[in-house]
Amino acid sequence: MNIEWYIVLSSLLFAVGAMGILLRRSPIVILLCLELMLNAGNLALVAFSKMVGNQEGQVFAIVVMVVAACEVVIGLGLIVAIFRRKLPLDVDELTELRG
Amino acid sequence: MEAVLFFAAALGALGGAVGVVALRNPFYGVLALIVHLFSLAVLFLLLSAAFVAAAQVVVYAGAVMVLYVFVVAYVGGDTEPVGDPIPGQKLLAPLLGAAVFIELSIAVLGSSLTALGTEGTDVGAGFGNPAAIGKLLLEDFLLAFEASSILLLLAAVGAVVLASKRSGMTVESAAGPASAGTPGESRPAEAGPAAPTGAAR
Repeated sequence: MNIEWYIVLSSLLFAVGAMGILLRRSPIVILLCLELMLNAGNLALVAFSKMVGNQEGQVFAIVVMVVAACEVVIGLGLIVAIFRRKLPLDVDELTELRG
Repeated sequence: MEAVLFFAAALGALGGAVGVVALRNPFYGVLALIVHLFSLAVLFLLLSAAFVAAAQVVVYAGAVMVLYVFVVAYVGGDTEPVGDPIPGQKLLAPLLGAAVFIELSIAVLGSSLTALGTEGTDVGAGFGNPAAIGKLLLEDFLLAFEASSILLLLAAVGAVVLASKRSGMTVESAAGPASAGTPGESRPAEAGPAAPTGAAR
């Protein structure tokens, strides 16, 4: 398969993830959509690494994976904290930081 | 054979992604994301990135998704209400997603990267195996390796602090005007002692 197939698939997945963040209101699903976008970036990194025949892109993908794991852990911790304080799990109602 | 595998995995990845966005129940969304991650691992294997594929399956589809399932089970997988608070959101969001896709495609395919139309460089058998990636991580990218280890430690400590029972953040703001409409928030037993703790911090 040509590399451009992988790149087009990656941008399609990124667009679906961005659409989900705009569309959904539950923080858990928004975190899932963030995962989609990070994974689309990973796919592009690995595809370009194959294109130039250099393994450094794969190392970048692994570091992105580490950052995504950290983001998930912090995000889920925040969701549990929100739930413990009996606040609504809905980003349209969590508006206390609005200026 | 490779094309068949690519299109099967691409369909799986795309179907999983659409499932995450479209399914109302967050629990089914998590399951759809697992399908998506496994399909991506197949794509990584096709791109001769064996170690990244293995890490994807073990770290993502294994560990991270178990975390998600636990949290969804804990907070309860409430289906979110239908109806959009912002008028026209259901129409504008897909439009914006399509615009992002078109823009990215134009940006990539319109670039002067002639190697995009090829199958990539012909790489040997050792490309992307654990030995090669480990050598790169511990020699060329040692600083990034150490920085990511510190990041993981900080994230673990931060998650424990955030999700712990100790009320570090004050609760009285929960009874503020923003959430006054929803019933049953701000347990009074906790709101009392939480205030001095917050002041002490």
